[in-house]
Amino acid sequence: MKPNIIVFPGSNCDRDVYIAIKNITGHSPKMVWHKDTSLENANLIVLPGGFSHGDYLRSGSIASRAPIMKEVIKKAKNGTPVIGICNGFQILTECGLLPGALMRNNKMQFICKYTHLVSNYDNTWINKKQLGKVIFLPVAHHDGNYYADDNTIERLIKDNRIAYQYCTSAGIIEQSSNINGSTNNIAGIISDKENVLGMMPHPERAINTKLGGEDGINFFKNVFEKLG
Amino acid sequence: MKVQVHTTLKEGVLDPQGKAVGSALKNLGFSGIKKIRQGKLFDIDLETDNKDEAEKITKKICKVLLANMVIEDYKIIILSDN
Repeated sequence: MKPNIIVFPGSNCDRDVYIAIKNITGHSPKMVWHKDTSLENANLIVLPGGFSHGDYLRSGSIASRAPIMKEVIKKAKNGTPVIGICNGFQILTECGLLPGALMRNNKMQFICKYTHLVSNYDNTWINKKQLGKVIFLPVAHHDGNYYADDNTIERLIKDNRIAYQYCTSAGIIEQSSNINGSTNNIAGIISDKENVLGMMPHPERAINTKLGGEDGINFFKNVFEKLG
Repeated sequence: MKVQVHTTLKEGVLDPQGKAVGSALKNLGFSGIKKIRQGKLFDIDLETDNKDEAEKITKKICKVLLANMVIEDYKIIILSDN
């Protein structure tokens, strides 16, 4: 495995992802600066969380036009797995690799807390044993309110492309557990070819019970098992 | 050539910021406001003096970066020839 982590000015979870991948899987990711233009041998690309370019214009918008993104888009279109976490998810919607947009949280507040999430849709990113099981991961965002038009949402549901939804501790998806106003409580989605995953929650911040939880460990184990 | 670009959220897209501004104004005693939608305004000074070219360039700028066409519309206003 040659995981590559893209570092933008203002990324702040790049080292967290590095440590999570290194500690859990033993692979040492390569850190790639946003101004670079090649991703040699990368067979997993991670767009980390943070506040690239200060969230100016729209969160992720300026980063999505960075020189390295041409290569990320090319690789993604050729099937290379790409994970975007938080700001990484925003960058993926801004560059068009994932549909929809991440808008200001409906109550206007920055949300920083652990949230319950469930995966009810069977797709390649989700371990079958985890279907319907509730996991607990932190979020930290101001713009996590997922929006897409009705047709897109319908297509995501029909094609099993919803990766995570905000839910109650019992796994019930309802308005009270919708922390940021996202359409259908969506916290993460995947691309039509299934190789691109975008999610607002931070698995890399949940790899140690002393830091609040360790459901992120399984996330990275699953990803690397799937990728082989 | 000076141009202005206005970007606004598309009709039907929820605008929490506009809503917050609206309720703040209501709390300040401004009644009679039916709706507020928040957008962005960009003042751009282009090298070209040609109106058509300015419009063409600005359109491209909007599509490539200034507007997210999934959620936003843009409007270009050509302001002056100098």
